[in-house]
Amino acid sequence: MSATTLLAIVLTLSLIGYLWGRANAAALKKSGIGMHSIPAYHGYFVALSCGIPAFLLVLVWIAAESTVIDRLILAGLPSYVTDGIEGSRMSLILSEIKSVAGGRIFGTPDQAILDAAARYNVLRGTASLAMVVCALAAAIAGMAFAGSRLSAEFRARNSVDGIIRWGLIVCSILAILTTLGIILSLVIESLAFFSRVPVLSFLFGMEWSPQTAMRADQVAAEGAFGAVPVFWGTIFISAIAMFVALPVGLFSAIYLVEYANGTVRSLVKPLLEILAGIPTIVYGFFAILTVAPFIREWGVAMGLSVASNSALAAGGVMGIMLIPFISSFSDDAISAVPQSLRDGAYALGATKAETVRQVLLPAALPGIVGGVLLAVSRAIGETMIVVMAAGLTATLTANPLEGVTTVTVQIVTLLIGDTEFDSPKTLAAFGLGLVLFLSTLALNVVALQVVKRYRERYE
Amino acid sequence: MTKSVEGADVLADQAARAGTHDVKVAASKVSVFYGEKQALFDVTIDIPARQVMAFIGPSGCGKSTFLRCINRMNDTIDICRVTGSIEIDGANVYDAKIDPVLLRARVGMVFQKPNPFPKSIYDNIAYGPRIHGKAKAGSEMDTIVEASLRRAGLWNEVKDRLKEPGTGLSGGQQQRLCIARAIAVNPDIILMDEPCSALDPIATAKVEELIDELRERYTIVIVTHSMQQAARVSQRAAFFHLGHLVEEGATEHMFTNPSDRRTQDYITGRFG
Repeated sequence: MSATTLLAIVLTLSLIGYLWGRANAAALKKSGIGMHSIPAYHGYFVALSCGIPAFLLVLVWIAAESTVIDRLILAGLPSYVTDGIEGSRMSLILSEIKSVAGGRIFGTPDQAILDAAARYNVLRGTASLAMVVCALAAAIAGMAFAGSRLSAEFRARNSVDGIIRWGLIVCSILAILTTLGIILSLVIESLAFFSRVPVLSFLFGMEWSPQTAMRADQVAAEGAFGAVPVFWGTIFISAIAMFVALPVGLFSAIYLVEYANGTVRSLVKPLLEILAGIPTIVYGFFAILTVAPFIREWGVAMGLSVASNSALAAGGVMGIMLIPFISSFSDDAISAVPQSLRDGAYALGATKAETVRQVLLPAALPGIVGGVLLAVSRAIGETMIVVMAAGLTATLTANPLEGVTTVTVQIVTLLIGDTEFDSPKTLAAFGLGLVLFLSTLALNVVALQVVKRYRERYE
Repeated sequence: MTKSVEGADVLADQAARAGTHDVKVAASKVSVFYGEKQALFDVTIDIPARQVMAFIGPSGCGKSTFLRCINRMNDTIDICRVTGSIEIDGANVYDAKIDPVLLRARVGMVFQKPNPFPKSIYDNIAYGPRIHGKAKAGSEMDTIVEASLRRAGLWNEVKDRLKEPGTGLSGGQQQRLCIARAIAVNPDIILMDEPCSALDPIATAKVEELIDELRERYTIVIVTHSMQQAARVSQRAAFFHLGHLVEEGATEHMFTNPSDRRTQDYITGRFG
């Protein structure tokens, strides 16, 4: 029996439990006894008590089953097969056993393997049968437990509320645990990298050329892992992006909130928001096919040498991507400034521009700063545009017409293609990822703090 | 005669010619429309100089709307349309020659809720003189700030904390700060839109006292919901009802012997 059928059966049992609980309570009510909770809550209580334990049991079972069976199989192998073998070789034997068990036999396997495969199939069968039995037992036990508590005074409403509360707690804990898991995997791989390359030479090294020998007999460079040029590229491109996005986004927000009439606003605002819906890979096309050639031709006409993947093209297009981000944050912040402050300034004879510059912007500044910081952290983490439009060589330059590379571009190139996870070249990606993650995390925390403080002021 | 260029500030020129004119504001057949809806019907009224004129009437009667016509604050509302004429010292404020920005420097306004800018107390007062170029930063500005705060009766309370934010003051102090802010640009007229409705009785008493003192220098128009307040601070009163000016006259006379039935009903508390 598959897990899906089993879950369907458990669901049906819960439904039966609901109907039974409700009917039971309805009968009590009909006989004229004062009830604490309405019958439906009795039903919910029985259904949840029946379904949740069985469901959780199935989940845990599925997660643990294969590991337990693998252990049992390996433990049962005769010593001549397993002696002196460990790690990845062991998992090869295991997958051979599994493919034999699945009927895909290549060559002539060892007798021990054939025995193990037969045992594997038996174990699988027993396990799935045991799962069904246990799950059904749990469901019925839950239903019986719930049924024993049902009475007129039973506070089914409060109990259901308690169950729902636990459900919500579990969901939020899951989200947090996932984040922790991501951080942990990043940290573990980074530690492996930093055991090969010293942290300080990674953080402060000025040269980045991660090409190392793939095989021992290859002649190749030793590889240099100084991350400064890479991070400089990210900072440089983000700065160019903010240079484009900040004025355009902020000024368009000011226009929309303070100057535009309702018709223009209802027309322009959705158009601006379309920008936010464009996939970043399309921005990437735009950067390499339109903006980069344009900048190149313009540079040639001016007698300048322009790299085909200039920082200006990548940063400029990234800036365009960030415009709706900045403008919607600024829009919210400026709209949140109370009308009374505008009235106060106008009544003193201030013009619109004076009101915006001297009253509205100072009042809205915390909100705008929060939006800008979030936009910066997006610019730093942005991948697709720079992968397509920025360069691959890490150069320390302040000339926007030259190509620079970014952290995200390097991570992508390091991990693409045939990689082995014990060379510093591949592991460097995790080192970069960790530093990138920590810096955007710090930016986000600061930004959210700023935004929070500004919210407290007006609401 | 002022040295201003012809046409640059019509109101200043007119004020200089008019001297102490008896009628400061003369409104004639003023109607206000919000989109299709008419909010004010043919209001004609003279507001005398250097007196306090109170606009009274039930909510939504158009008294605030009319007040906001005098300094053209209604211009900031897109759908609002004003017809008729309002003359200040003989110059129609709805004339094309009038710049609303300069008009509002001569006609100050104080709002229902105190609305100090999120700036220091000093900068709140200095804001108006600064944007109109009335004073250089430094001792000249310090003088204006001190004089305005003194006239608003706030100087002794805030002189040691001029650099602190104006939003940190109490409600009553904030409102007097807003009055000081309006005084700082040296207006002729001060419009007050229910200036005490957000204040406690003690703060209200202080602001009313202040209004009585300001009457010596300024023409004051105050919108109020409180009959007692109108009786205490105003010399003349106008009663608005459903967008019409019902009657207007000396406050004392109107409160003791109203000529219109609706005024009497409102004053005696039968509706409103």
